[in-house]
Order: sequence, then C-alpha cells, then structure tokens
Amino acid sequence: MSAMSHEIDHHEHDHHEEHHHKDTFITKYIFSIDHKMIAKQYLITGTIMGIIGVGMSMLFRMQLAWPEESFKIFSFFLGERMAPGGVMNNETYLALITIHGTIMVFFVLTAGLSGTFSNLLIPLQIGARDMASGFMNMISYWMFFLSSVIMVISLFVESGPASAGWTIYPPLSALPQAIPGSGLGMTLWLVSMAIFIASSLMGSLNYIVTVINLRTKGMSMTRLPLTIWAFFITAVIGVISFPVLLSAALMLIMDRSFGTSFFLSDIYLAGEVLNYQGGSPVLFEHLFWFLGHPEVYIVLLPALGITSEIIATNARKPIFGYRAMIMSILAIAFLSTIVWGHHMFISGMNPFLGSVFTFTTLLIAIPSAVKAFNYITTLWKGNLQLNPAMLFSIGLVSTFITGGLTGLILGDSTLDINVHDTYFVVAHFHLVMGISALYGMFAGIYHWYPKMFGRMLNKNLGYVHFWVTAICAYGVFFPMHFIGMAGLPRRYYTNTNFPLFDELQDVNVIITVFALIGGVFQLVFIWNFFHSMFFGKKTVQNPWKSNTLEWTAPIEHIHGNWPGEIPEVYRWPYDYSKPGHDVDFVPQNVPMKAGEEVLHH
Amino acid sequence: MTSFLVLFVLVLLSIAIWQLTKIFDLTQIGQASEDSQIATDNDNKVNGYLMFAFLVFIYLTTIFCIVNYGDLPLLNTPASQHGSQVDQLMWISLILIFFVQTITQALLHYFAFKYRGKQGQKAMYFADNNKLEFIWSSIPAVVLAVLIFYGLYAWTDIMFVDKDEDAIVVELYAKQFAWEVRYSGNDNVLGKANVRYIEGVNTLGVDVADPNAQDDIVANELHLPKGKRVIFKLRSQDVLHSAYMPHFRAQMNCVPGMVTQFSFIPSLSTLEMRETDYMKEKVAKINKIREKKSTQLVAEGKAALDPYTFDYLLLCNKICGASHYNMQLKVVVESPEEFKTWLKDKPTLTQAVKDANTTPNKDTSTSIKDSAVAKNDTTIVANVETKKI
Repeated sequence: MSAMSHEIDHHEHDHHEEHHHKDTFITKYIFSIDHKMIAKQYLITGTIMGIIGVGMSMLFRMQLAWPEESFKIFSFFLGERMAPGGVMNNETYLALITIHGTIMVFFVLTAGLSGTFSNLLIPLQIGARDMASGFMNMISYWMFFLSSVIMVISLFVESGPASAGWTIYPPLSALPQAIPGSGLGMTLWLVSMAIFIASSLMGSLNYIVTVINLRTKGMSMTRLPLTIWAFFITAVIGVISFPVLLSAALMLIMDRSFGTSFFLSDIYLAGEVLNYQGGSPVLFEHLFWFLGHPEVYIVLLPALGITSEIIATNARKPIFGYRAMIMSILAIAFLSTIVWGHHMFISGMNPFLGSVFTFTTLLIAIPSAVKAFNYITTLWKGNLQLNPAMLFSIGLVSTFITGGLTGLILGDSTLDINVHDTYFVVAHFHLVMGISALYGMFAGIYHWYPKMFGRMLNKNLGYVHFWVTAICAYGVFFPMHFIGMAGLPRRYYTNTNFPLFDELQDVNVIITVFALIGGVFQLVFIWNFFHSMFFGKKTVQNPWKSNTLEWTAPIEHIHGNWPGEIPEVYRWPYDYSKPGHDVDFVPQNVPMKAGEEVLHH
Repeated sequence: MTSFLVLFVLVLLSIAIWQLTKIFDLTQIGQASEDSQIATDNDNKVNGYLMFAFLVFIYLTTIFCIVNYGDLPLLNTPASQHGSQVDQLMWISLILIFFVQTITQALLHYFAFKYRGKQGQKAMYFADNNKLEFIWSSIPAVVLAVLIFYGLYAWTDIMFVDKDEDAIVVELYAKQFAWEVRYSGNDNVLGKANVRYIEGVNTLGVDVADPNAQDDIVANELHLPKGKRVIFKLRSQDVLHSAYMPHFRAQMNCVPGMVTQFSFIPSLSTLEMRETDYMKEKVAKINKIREKKSTQLVAEGKAALDPYTFDYLLLCNKICGASHYNMQLKVVVESPEEFKTWLKDKPTLTQAVKDANTTPNKDTSTSIKDSAVAKNDTTIVANVETKKI
C-alpha cells in the first residue's frame, strides 16, 4: 500500500519537493524506510559482524596450528579469563567456533548478503518505488540490529558465550552442568536468534510480496533478472523453514528454563539423575536441520543470482539457459527442503530414512551441475570485462564446483559414515557455501557499490583483494579434505592427544598460515570499502553498461527511485551483444525495434 | 620462534600488498588519464593471464596435496569386512570427482583467459540450446543413478544386520569424557539398564535384578574377536557423543534416552594391522616426528614423548563438552581364543556390585570423577608456562 501511495505522491509533486518535508538526520540515516538506505545499513552491520566472525576464526586457527602456545594476541582479545597466560583454553576454543559459525551463517551470509542485496535490488530491478511495506522493512533491519547486539553482548557474560557448536544440539546446549557456555550465554544466543528469525521473516515476506505485486509494466516473471528470481525463491525458502527453527528454539528455551522434556531424557550429570523423561535429541536434530539445510541455499542462492547477473553483464553476453537457470533455482529450492536428513545419517534415526535422504540429496547435484555448466557456457565466446566483481563471480563458480563435488561423498550415507563430522565436512561446506557465498557477496559489493554510494571502488585494490583471497581460500580448504579423510574430527581443541594425528600437524600449520594471510588481506577490502565511500572516484550512471533497471535510476538517491514515471519494460534483461543493435547492450526499458526477434528464452 | 614467525608473516604481507598494488598500477601505464575504475583492455589481459595461472595453481595444489598428503586418507587396509566395500565406493567417487574437477576448472579458467575482453571484440549472442541443456542434465543423472544404487546397496548391507547371524552383542557406553564397554556374557543378551540405576561401581546403571544382566561384564578397553560379527549397542549417559572407529569405517551417535546400533566384522587383528606395510610406514613417520619434537621438549627441560605403537581407536566425534578433544578408548582386535581368555578373567558386574557392597566406601561416584577430569583439564591448560612474544 505504501508503495502505491508513494506513487501517488510522485504524480502529485516534483521529487525535490518530496525531500524536504522529512529529511531529518534520523529519518534519513537511522530510522529510514527507504530500501536503499536499509540495504546500506544491512551491509555495514553485516560487514562489522563479518570482521568479528573472521577474526574469531583466525584466533582458533592459531590454536590449531600451534596448540596450547601462548600468544600476546590471545591475551589482548580474549583476556586472562579466556586465555590464561595467553594460552587459549578449551572452553574458549569451543565458544569461538560456535560463535564464528553462528555469526558467519546467519549474521553475515543470511542478513548481510540477502538482506543487503534483496533490499537494494528488488525494488530497483523490478521497477518499484520501494518495498511493499517500507515500515516493516525498517523494523526488520532494526530487529536484525538488535539480535546482532545481543549476540555480541553474549560474548561478554561471565560463564562465556554459547559453546555447544553452531548446531546447538541438546542436551549439551540445554544443560549448564554439561558446559558453562550453556548458561546465560546460550540463553542470549537463543533470544538473539529468535529475534533474528522474526527479522528474517519480516524481510522475506516483504520481498515476496514486492516481487509478486510491484513489478513495473511489462516486467513479467520471465523478464525478471536472475538476481530477483534468486532473492524471491530464497525468501520463499526462508518463510518455509525459519519458523521451524523458531519452534525448535522455543522448545529448547522451555526445556532449559521451564522443565519440559522435548529434547531430553534419561540424563545423569554431575552426580545426579536429572528429572527429564521421554524427550529425544534426535527430534531437535530434525527440526534444526529442517531449517539448517535450506539455510545453505538461503545463503547460496542469492550469491548465485548475483553471479548470474554479473557474469552476463561482464561477459557482454546473455546468460546461457535463462529458463534452465530458473528451473534449477526452483528445483534446488524444492529439493533443499527434503534433504535435511543427510546431516543425520548416523544420528540413530532409522537407516531406511538414510536411504531416502541419500537419494534426494544426490538429486540436488543435477540442478547444481546445470547451473555450473550454464555459467561456463556463458563465458564461452564472450567479451569478458574482468572487473573485480567478475573475478569474484568466476571465483564463485570455481569454489562452487570444487566444494559441490565433495558433496557427492557426504551425501552418500555409506561414505558419510567415515567422514561425518571430520575436517572433510568442514572443507566441503566452507568451500561450497562459505567461500562461494562470500565471493557472491564481494562480487555484489564491487558491482553495486556505485549504485549504493555513488562512487567507484578502487579496482586495483579489488584485484589484489581477489587474487590473494582466491589463493588463500584454496590454500586453506583444499588440504583440509585430506586431514578429514585421515579421520581427524572437527571441533577438537588440540590433536596432540592422538599420536595417530601427529603427521597432520604440519598440514594444520599450512592451513593456518593461509588463513591468517587471507584474513589479514580482507583489510585491503575494508580500507577500500570505507575509503571509497568518501574519496572514491565519482561514478557515472551506468558504469558497467548493464541492462537492468537499477541503472536507469539517477545516481543521487531519491526516495521513490525514479523522478517522474517508472520505466516500462519491453525485453528480458540479457540482451547483450544482440545482433542488429549498435551498442553491445540494450537496457530493458528500450522498446523492441520493428521486426526484432524475441528468442525463446 | 612462533612470535617471530607471525611478525615475519606480517612484514611479508605488507610488502606483498605494496608490491601487488604497484604491479597493478604499472599495468595502467600508458592510460594514466584513464581512472574510471572500470576494467580496461590491459586489466582484462593481466587478469586473463592470471586466471590461467590460477588454473595452474589449482592443479599444482591438487598435485602437491596428493603427493604429500595422499597417504593420509584412510583409503586402504580397512579393518572391517564392510570396509573394503566402503573404500571401493570412496575410490570410485574420488576418481569421478577429480575427473570432473579437472575438466570443469580447466574450461572455466581457460574461457576466462581465452575470451578476455578486447576493444572491438563482440560476444556471440548465444542464449539457449535445449540439446546442450539436455546433455548436461542427463549425464549427471545417469552417473548419479549409478552412485546412488551402489551407495544404497552398501548402506543396506551395513546397516541392516541379519538377526540370526552368530554375533556377539557389546554395549558402548559414553559419558563426559570417557567410554565404558559392557559385554553381554554367555547369554549374549545385555541386561536392562537406565541411568536411574547408577550407583557406586554400577556406573552404567545396569538393573542388577534383571536375569539377563547376571553375566554382563564391564571393561575399560574394547576387545573384539577377529572374524566374528559384533553388534554394538550404544548408549549415552549425559549428552550426545559419537562412537567413531575410523579404521573400521564405523560411526554411530550415542543418544541419551535411546539405544542406537552399529555392527561390523573385524577383519584384521591389531597385530596384523601393525604388520602391514602401510601401517609400518605410517608409524615410522609418526615416530620420526615425535622424536624430533621430543628432542626439542627435552631441550626445554620437559618430558619426552613416548614412542608410538599402533592401536585401533574409538574416538568421540560429536561435540560433547570442554574435554571433547580427549575422549578416546583403545580398541584391541585379537583371535577369538585370545578374546575368550581375556574376557574370562573379568568379574561379572553383579559380582563386582556384590563385592563393593561388602566392602563399602570403596568407590563412591563416577560422576565426581568426571567433572574432576574436566576441571583438571582446564587447570593443566591454564598452567602452561607463559612464553614471551
């Protein structure tokens, strides 16, 4: 409704007039209901959470490479309680991996990636004045901000932050007697996540409604850019699966605080039998992974959508197999909700279910393969403009293939027996969803930075950033497959208690060195990001010569996006290098020439 | 030493950044006026070549890892009968993966190099081709069908155990942070158990009144007879644990409030495994590493490390608390005769409970011991001497 009223607003007065009646600092920069400002808020909050999350991983990687050694840097960041004498203790190690996982998966790659680009691009690319509900959008961001603050506060409670792994399997996460982090730290974790889920749901509903209702004239579903398709389907998966995590979190809160037994039964801990009877931790695993697996695609699909758009633009070539890409997104989305059991092959659930989940899981490889081949074919005979965003997109395809292929092993119940919960899993999911999604996020930032801030990022720093990151990402995660297949379990504070693993130690050192270099080099990006915001080269309206509608909007942000009429759409977004046109791009708002051929895309 | 290394890395890093920006700046010479921050032909060229170099990097990384770490993965000499089936499927999958990886990465990076942008070059307008789409959806589908069927066949074989088969039933009992083993005795049936029965020496909570429990035997080491099917019944006392026996290609979670099951037939005794060339080489390598570390430790005035002899292991592989990283149990596979002799000397649990009751105050509670272990651990860590950075 509000978007409609904006529209009416616009017809009534000139946009200059529209500005002055509400441009206080607070309404413009803080409690803004403009989707472009909200996108920037998501991006900056996500970036800060990302710095925390990546920083944590660098700390615990140091512990893994040089176990139980004293570092000044530990004393500085962790303090005497968590790192007595500069030696990280075992509980802190578990706390760090838990919060690293939580922050990276939810706060950076869900909110930071999807929140930023869905907000920025959905209205701009479909030709809408704003989200369906700008107010709900604002609430969504501020709830995300609140949940981030609570998550960060949980790092400072006396008993330590949540340390039961990001999967928070009960009973470990339910009983403070089992691990101190399951006290106040876990309570705050659950509260933070409950708020996060509410925020995510509001965001997703908004995206869905906006895409369905507010497309401009001529923008049929099959003329939508693939970014929008990806964001749209991501939002649908989010709406389907996040409530299930909320219910799991609520039940866990009840088990912890109100004495119910949803997930607990027959427990003897710290010298006494606890009063729980009849619950099952396996139930929690089902509920958790019913979100947890689609979450992988909630993280990945937006990155793939962004990549599709950037590869097509920079290859100066239509994305290959537009309809196949949409079908793949739909197939992945559907399959993603029926494969959660592959995280639980050896959880004690009926082995027959294991067979079913093996079958559905391996099916996902088909649409994934189609996407990868389509990307490669899009590059073929293109005229590739290797901007930093393009490099990150190609990098994404590379890590998506490398990481995705090992999924064939993990998705196969027989093979999963021996690599389950080893470093093989860590290597697999970091490449396929962690690094790939991060690349998607970086690609998006390099590509749409001019749209967001009106300035260009420095490309040379971007090249340095990409090449070092790309080398370090493989340097970290490629050797990790090997120590995983050697049987090294994840989440071990140190491996020194097993002489069997002594020969893996030098691999761990190599991995850590790459991780530290890669981590430190992200500072190049951070510098570029913040410096260019104020001192970057001013952009032109359509720097990448792109077809989509956001580049028809003026550089200067105005609430309502376009002065005057909303552009009308006449063609699909991928008419790059179309024969019969003088330039190698034809924006969507350019009418078809007489007799111009519409391909059956 | 370490602090020096870190400093060294940091210095190198800053030099690297400086040099890299310089290189990229140099690539701009001749177009000094051009600073639109959009890739120029020259950027395309440099990055196109780098793309090709990156392909080489990926291949070299792969080769380096296979040559140096290729012996690490557990891909040969499985110690259980189903292990060879698992390993074979693993090999098939790995070869397939490496094949696809090599080709697709080559295409991706080669195209990125070959079709790097040049002024005046025009991309081909090629939007769709149903035949191609069909080919690359059906090839994965066929290959996957083979993998799925092989996998399901093996999975069913491993997980669904024939009830009539001559097998021994063994309970693996997990708790923070130790394992206990219960043998079912002559009747081959485990007595009923629940945490509510835990008392004194009866640390597993066995119902001593249950007739099936009379001949149950509790042990702190897992001995298994070679060539005989072992059915493991797994229980947990407190939180989730996972019984992981990598050499047997076996793993199953231990879930409080429920009994889970896994079964295999040990096919190589501990002694036989120690005698395989593969293991001899591995142990020699590990001992060399340990010796080197020992000389260093001795120089620092600390105790040297023990030399390593191979033993099968059971490790906890589900995050279970602060000392999760050191929850292990030695596993011994021996001939059925040796196994029988070993087991014969052990007192039954009911006998142990009776003995404990006649001489009270002997063993009070295990749980106190458990938390003591956890505490101990943190204190040990905390006491490590602080080194100067």
